[in-house]
Amino acid sequence: MDLSPAGPGQLFDCRGAYSETLENLASGDDRIVAVVNDSVGSSKLGGFGKKFPERLINVGIAEQTMIGVGAGLANGGKVPFVSGAACFLTARALEQIKADVAYTRTNVKLCGMSSGVAYGELGPTHHSIEDMGWLRLLPNLTIIVPSDRWETAEAIKAAAATEGPMFIRVSRMPVPDLKRPEGAVFRIGKSETLREGHDAAIIANGTLVCRAIDAAEQLAAEGINARVVNMSSVAPLDKEAIMAAARTGAVVTVEEHSVRGGLGSAVSEVISTSHPCHMRIMGFETFQPTGSPEFLFEHAGLTAEGIAASVRAVIAARDNA
Amino acid sequence: MSVTAEMPMSNSPDQVLDLIRAKSREIRRHSIEMIYHAKLGHPGGDLSVADIIATLYFGVLNVDPANPNDPMRDRFVLSKGHCTGALYSTLAERGFIGLYMLDTYMQPLSMLNGHPNRNYVPGVETNTGPLGHGLPVAVGMAIAGQIDKAPYRVFVVMGDGELQEGSNWEAAMSAGHRKLANLTLVIDRNGLQQGAPTEQTNALEPLADKWRAFGWEVIELDGHDHARLLEVLGARGTDRPRCVIAHTHKGMGVSYMKDQVSWHHGVPNAEQYEIAMRELA
Repeated sequence: MDLSPAGPGQLFDCRGAYSETLENLASGDDRIVAVVNDSVGSSKLGGFGKKFPERLINVGIAEQTMIGVGAGLANGGKVPFVSGAACFLTARALEQIKADVAYTRTNVKLCGMSSGVAYGELGPTHHSIEDMGWLRLLPNLTIIVPSDRWETAEAIKAAAATEGPMFIRVSRMPVPDLKRPEGAVFRIGKSETLREGHDAAIIANGTLVCRAIDAAEQLAAEGINARVVNMSSVAPLDKEAIMAAARTGAVVTVEEHSVRGGLGSAVSEVISTSHPCHMRIMGFETFQPTGSPEFLFEHAGLTAEGIAASVRAVIAARDNA
Repeated sequence: MSVTAEMPMSNSPDQVLDLIRAKSREIRRHSIEMIYHAKLGHPGGDLSVADIIATLYFGVLNVDPANPNDPMRDRFVLSKGHCTGALYSTLAERGFIGLYMLDTYMQPLSMLNGHPNRNYVPGVETNTGPLGHGLPVAVGMAIAGQIDKAPYRVFVVMGDGELQEGSNWEAAMSAGHRKLANLTLVIDRNGLQQGAPTEQTNALEPLADKWRAFGWEVIELDGHDHARLLEVLGARGTDRPRCVIAHTHKGMGVSYMKDQVSWHHGVPNAEQYEIAMRELA
């Protein structure tokens, strides 16, 4: 994927990186197929369908069958990327994901498109702020929440190269390309520390990583050095990085997801059992009202300013304890 | 057909039928023994499906216990995953697992769970148990075969009550739309679900018309007639998926269980066990 044209302030929908990477992989590996629930356009798979008409399997508006078909294709030696809006893919077919994919341990790649509050105005039926929660309960299932288009592409490549069930959350909320050191590599089960700091740690994933970095920059101007950890791999989790973050004594998690069951819960499970410290979990508290994604982020305090305020609060709690 | 000790290539059609009949009886006997010792199980459904599953494994399926993951194998999916008495008995008789393993049925830490797990039991293709899962997965297997123009066939055996699950009708529509001629569904039409007849619970009839309307070829037969089962299941569909409505009796082979809804998951006592084994001798 060509990542060069990104200028300052330029934002990208990660779905393009998803479909472009999948097309490239499929050119060299005829086991790769795409399965959709009438979501060819919203999964940006029109180009895939033109190149590989036999390998784009549209089962229609039928999520349970979509997951079952994915499992059957994997049994037949294919590497299916099963794509649909994250809200329907995960909730409507949760039992199929549990039994046919995770428990059977089939080589199915679930791609939850337009996750979080990407469909902001359409309301809570179309928001997917529970998917990390219910999928995190399933053994055998790798869960990746990429932060930008580079990481989306790398996660798709890793999915194709790694045997086993996987869920990848693909955002349509425009995000910038994150600055990474030269030669950065994506590894399942590993986080990346995008900014060093020992006063506090912000652990974020997905669309909130860029805001966590902005928050850390605001805090740095006040003399607070906050570490920023991109915890894109929610399962398996990078426990060492969480323990290291906990040693700052002040941790804030940030996710485009419910505050229950997702990244914050995963991190707190490690912290509460291994290295208790002060913590804040940022995300969505309840069903969200209607509004643009940006409005809903602001409404829930998921802005650089909101994150910075949480960091100050958790540091104060630590220091006053 | 793979060549194994159980399946000599030289069998004449009559010998094949004799083998299927003998294996059907063994599958029924094992099932009752397993349930009697485990004090758990689903005897009614094991006995209604025994002839179908025996015909598939001893007369139709191209599978090889020595190479259970051969990419070109026929696929068999037991969507009515609670009928593991019949499934494990068949896999043991066919050589996928040891006969001795049947004694461990549902015992603590046994590989022989109440519902099948492919990661523990060779020959199991997908983990079933919740109803309405087998057909969608089988449709995926059949699409893979269609893409690869592979010779293998895909078979699903489903309970009739299970057809009340909506996922089956999603998959039925997909299979019909895609003209999956490599896919055969057998409905174990014993007419009873766990608590009552299907027609009193949520009626399935006119069942054949429903499948035809979804683009399937439909064949109705006596699900205990081995010769007819062999003839129909042995032939590949032509231009569309095939639905075989196999009219069966729940509890077939044991007089006091036959057509009795209470034997869906009943467990025989010592006296009932003796009677059952005598009748299945």
